[in-house]
Amino acid sequence: MTQSSDVDQVLLPTPRVRGRRPSVWRGFFGNKKAALGFGIFMVFVLMAVFAPVLAPYNPQATQFIPFQGPSWHHWFGTTATGQDVLSQLIVGSRVSLGIGISAGIMATSLAIVLGMLPAYLGGRTDTLFNTMTNIMLVIPGLPLLIVITAYIHQTETWTLALVMGLTGWAWGARVLRSQTLTYVRRDFVVAARLAGASHWHILIHEILPNMLSLVIANLMFGTLGAVLAAASLQFLGLGNPNSISWGTMLFWAQIGQALLNGAWWWLVAPGAAIALFGASMALMNFGVDELTNPRLRQARRASKQFGKPHQGRPNN
Amino acid sequence: MKYVLSRLGFLFISLWAAVTVNFVLPRLMPGNPAILMLGRYKGQLTAQALHALKLQFGITKQPLWQQYVIYLGHLLHGNLGLSLTYYPIPVGQIIAQSLPWTLGLVGTATIISMVLGTAVGVYLAWNHGQFWDNLLSTVAMFTAALPYFWLALLLLYFLAYVYHWFPLAHAYSTGINPAWSLSFILNVLRHALLPALTIVVSSLGGWMVGMRNNMIQTLGEDYITFAEAKGVKKRRLMFQYAARNAILPSLTSFAMSLGFVVGGALLTEVVFSYPGVGYQLLVAVQNEDYPLMQGLFLVIALAVLIANFIVEMLYGRLDPRTRQGQGGAYS
Repeated sequence: MTQSSDVDQVLLPTPRVRGRRPSVWRGFFGNKKAALGFGIFMVFVLMAVFAPVLAPYNPQATQFIPFQGPSWHHWFGTTATGQDVLSQLIVGSRVSLGIGISAGIMATSLAIVLGMLPAYLGGRTDTLFNTMTNIMLVIPGLPLLIVITAYIHQTETWTLALVMGLTGWAWGARVLRSQTLTYVRRDFVVAARLAGASHWHILIHEILPNMLSLVIANLMFGTLGAVLAAASLQFLGLGNPNSISWGTMLFWAQIGQALLNGAWWWLVAPGAAIALFGASMALMNFGVDELTNPRLRQARRASKQFGKPHQGRPNN
Repeated sequence: MKYVLSRLGFLFISLWAAVTVNFVLPRLMPGNPAILMLGRYKGQLTAQALHALKLQFGITKQPLWQQYVIYLGHLLHGNLGLSLTYYPIPVGQIIAQSLPWTLGLVGTATIISMVLGTAVGVYLAWNHGQFWDNLLSTVAMFTAALPYFWLALLLLYFLAYVYHWFPLAHAYSTGINPAWSLSFILNVLRHALLPALTIVVSSLGGWMVGMRNNMIQTLGEDYITFAEAKGVKKRRLMFQYAARNAILPSLTSFAMSLGFVVGGALLTEVVFSYPGVGYQLLVAVQNEDYPLMQGLFLVIALAVLIANFIVEMLYGRLDPRTRQGQGGAYS
């Protein structure tokens, strides 16, 4: 292995990859949409981390007048049992983000393994795993989640994350597989193989760095999907209703007939939080998309630029 | 022909997978959940029904493979068991009653959403980087991140509860008799309008952005530049040359997103108490009515799989490359 890694240094275009990475990050933050998305995302993360300090009241305490509208003391009003909605929102971000991000990471890791490895190995393994991926893709996701959680009964937070991670990998695996297939016969991969590099080395050090943007996009889509799905399940009462999260807030708002009592703030706050978090993911993804697909970045179609001073492609 | 056969093969394999998931799940869970369910419903069932339920959920001494064979046999005869919530009505009958509502509502709304979104996407790609493109693709990003059911709740509150423009719930007014009369049909349409609106609003953005991105990709191809240089008219270039090719990936995602749409609409149905498959699924879950739940899951899966098959057949017709069968049988 020591011998082959020397050869790697000579044969592989590592300097190119290494040299490109910082500029990708610069491009990411240079992109307005991506930077905005990242900013919103960080606000949520900080909110979740410092939730106990930030929350003005105890989120469980039923000590206020029920159905109070937004005011200076209760920015987002109170619930039917007199709990402070803002405190619940802040504390609830922990469970919601926790489920979303951990399920997203789990699904992406599974997608990397189940998508890349079979594509690299090819043959029957590939056919088998690809069929499996396609089956997972067409079996409707949310109904499957509902059925699973209904059997489990009173799903704990981490069980929910686990179930979503285990069911949410198929789309990513499909995308990563097809991308891997385009790399398998490239010169630099063949060279690495001839140099005696192991399969794992080739997959992780040669192929994966080229697909980093896809992996990141996948992570964000996975997280967004998991946050939405978790909220749906909790809204249906399939999570643990006693834990505080954005989804269970919506569940209690529905149970407490928030709308019939005109308490729109009780519903609007958690939903808007989910939407805003989702939008941050989508914004970042949009940025990555524009970065990796030069055609999306061009201001206009090339042919419409005839007769105008030449606008170079924005460098990133 | 080889293509059709391989797709048909995939249809059956995925069907088998869905059926097996249904069989395996209750048996896989720690402390078979069906035992709890049976405990709850014990007094209300006949001995025969109780025995059938025990067979269906694996509370017997029979070996697993035997249970599996019996289960498959029942399915082949269309026997999904009896619903516990609506005892003693068979599950199949409840599904037959709720399926038309879902197909009518979700099917129509999805087709409207896809056609509209794709058309707007073509326009946006053509005017890439201009005002409407920037505005709508940003708006679409936000709607894609919205929880479906939350949007439904808000629309329900503002448009139905505060302003009384739409009815609050159900597929038709409670005092009215279902019949093929004009007034009944109008009543049904009025009730379907708001749920359909929420489905269209929340899924439109995805179609729009998808088509826009594909179309921009296609517009960058050399053959488009060549056609434009040759003097092909704008309309012809837009639709015959570019959109025709750009729509192919959209079709695939149409098939893929059907599962998502059925899932999302499931909650829309819950919010509006619309008597479709999704609403019944929630009823089944809340009452621990596992036979009904299993049956509904199978029907949803079946619908999505068949729709997927149809789209793939269509795709094969539209894009000859898929028919040549490159790679493995299922690639």
